[in-house]
Amino acid sequence: MTDRRPHPRAAGAPMLAAEDLAKHFDVSRPLLQRVLAGEARRTLKAVDGVSFDIPKGTTLSLVGESGCGKSTVARLVVGLYRPSRGRVLFDGMDLETARSDAAQRRRMQMIFQDPYASLNPRWRVRDIIAEPVRAFGLVEGGAAQRERVAELLMQVGLSPLDGEKYPHEFSGGQRQRISIARALSSNPEFLVCDEPTSALDVSVQAQILNLMKDLQARLGLTYLFISHNLAVVRQVSDRIGVMYLGRLVELAPAETLFIAPRHPYTRALMEAIPDLEMTGRQRIPVGGEVPSPINPPSGCPFHPRCPLANARCKAEMPALLPPRGQPDTIVACHAVEEERDGVVPGTTVPPLPAAATGV
Amino acid sequence: MAAPILSTPSHSRDGGPILEVRNLRVEFPTRRGVLTALDDVSFDIAPGEVLGVVGESGAGKSMTGAAIIGLLEPPGRIAGGQILLNGRRIDNLPYEQMRRIRGKEIGAIFQDPLTTLNPLYTVGRQLTETMQTHLDISDREARQRAIGWLEMVGIPAAAQRVDSYPHEFSGGMRQRVVIALALCAEPKLIVADEPTTALDVSIQAQIIALLKRLAREKGTAMMLVTHDMGVIAETADRVAVMYAGCIAEIGPVREVVKAPKHPYSEGLMASIPPLDRKVDHLAGIEGAMPRLSAIPKGCAFNTRCPHVFDRCRHERPELLETGTTLATCWLYDPASEKQVPELLKDD
Repeated sequence: MTDRRPHPRAAGAPMLAAEDLAKHFDVSRPLLQRVLAGEARRTLKAVDGVSFDIPKGTTLSLVGESGCGKSTVARLVVGLYRPSRGRVLFDGMDLETARSDAAQRRRMQMIFQDPYASLNPRWRVRDIIAEPVRAFGLVEGGAAQRERVAELLMQVGLSPLDGEKYPHEFSGGQRQRISIARALSSNPEFLVCDEPTSALDVSVQAQILNLMKDLQARLGLTYLFISHNLAVVRQVSDRIGVMYLGRLVELAPAETLFIAPRHPYTRALMEAIPDLEMTGRQRIPVGGEVPSPINPPSGCPFHPRCPLANARCKAEMPALLPPRGQPDTIVACHAVEEERDGVVPGTTVPPLPAAATGV
Repeated sequence: MAAPILSTPSHSRDGGPILEVRNLRVEFPTRRGVLTALDDVSFDIAPGEVLGVVGESGAGKSMTGAAIIGLLEPPGRIAGGQILLNGRRIDNLPYEQMRRIRGKEIGAIFQDPLTTLNPLYTVGRQLTETMQTHLDISDREARQRAIGWLEMVGIPAAAQRVDSYPHEFSGGMRQRVVIALALCAEPKLIVADEPTTALDVSIQAQIIALLKRLAREKGTAMMLVTHDMGVIAETADRVAVMYAGCIAEIGPVREVVKAPKHPYSEGLMASIPPLDRKVDHLAGIEGAMPRLSAIPKGCAFNTRCPHVFDRCRHERPELLETGTTLATCWLYDPASEKQVPELLKDD
């Protein structure tokens, strides 16, 4: 497979950087109703001050439960939403500038969750895949375009003959392969993958994850990977950010996060995942549910569910800081900062104490 | 070990299993001929036992649940076999009679709590109505019990919340209400179809713990349908792995998860990304499950099976004894010419 990347760039510099990214939605009721009810405007802070960078050729994953803002970050990063605050730098360029230039725009692509909704049912697969090639004018001439489509289909494990078919003739996993082929057709360097395997069966998920890893190794792609599934994330990531109510609560190298999770929310999430080990141990599920992002709790947003919360947690928003002995990690937690979270660096992280809220 | 793996010997002898499914066959007549959605499905569930039913989409796991509760989508129909509840046949009952059994003797929990609850009635009214339909109790008694059930499923301030409408509850709380609704007439069998799939992990863990506790305490038999092997491993006593409308393997949960004997179960387990380590390459299974209209001759898995041999392509396998489980795989027929591969042997 030829590498069609036009400008191989120096490694090390981030492909993408998010700086204090925020997205607020106005969810107020209509003016008249609001005036009659004497209500103020209401904003939903879907993302509120998220910063990270993704070095070239690596994968950053964002995990969290529904409503934590991970998909909003994905949309901000490719320019589908305009940030309310902060900015995105794509290869050192402001995203706004980069998006207005087709030559830059083609370098980023997105893969969506639902392969049934993201492919036009009335187009043949070859046209779906060729559209970005034509739109960006990457390959001239019908014969060359057909050849490129055939090459892309083979790259994702399909047959060139599949180009003649329509999306409904394919299974979910094959459709996701088509989505990936379409995303790759503009020779992107950066792919945002929003829950790319969540709609797929587990045996098919394994095929798609393997494919994505192979493509990254072969084409040097940079991924922002969004998922709620920690086990999937572990298989694909270099670094992982854990989100809660629109903020990053922990950002760490993938292996560190699994061996030494520090934020109480991360620890609770790991604790809650049912696994195949069947150790028979009694799990202590974290109590309560994710609060509404319209009316988030004061101080640390996790404090109402946190077994380690104290008065400071209720009043003061914690900053993302590296805990002692873990320079690669940043955690937003007063308990970690004050070293009262019961974790001794270099030893196994103990289970969290039972939350006061209970089951 | 002989036949009793289909049921659990320890539980089932005192009074027998609550649910017996015998050679169940479900068909869908279509313009292009009759499709067989379930083919020769058999299992038992004992009191207090949780049977997990797993498989990928289209394997027939939800269809099995729907057939048991008598809610097959037309034109689907039971074309063969029997379903017995406490020894009494329920697969051939008229609609009205079956309606009375649903709720009273069989409770159902579905994936989406919003569509199960009536948005126009308070949760209290839905609970009392269900109880009074099936149990002979006064209004006052029903309300007391409704509050009791809400407390039991872990809804805080139940005495106030009983007068709330479904939209006033969060997703996790709604699913708790649905569980209370399924349990309140004290059914002997619960069919739970993906009860935690729409929920986040931290809520999922709470709901699983709750279901497991209630099944044990009340001696209720539970059929837990899910695609999530982790949930099964934590909750079920036994597990049935389904593929293309058949049971591929059935046995104690530990055996099926840790040492699967059917090549499909083996592939399924190997596909699950492990949480405790990073692997370079996930095993996966080549290809995809066949459509109902294109199930291959012989063993339905033969086109994807790494251990396929000649007999698999011609002859439909029966449930065979593997030593720890039962599997529909010719590898376990001593008369087959092929040996059981090392991969599938006991550790």
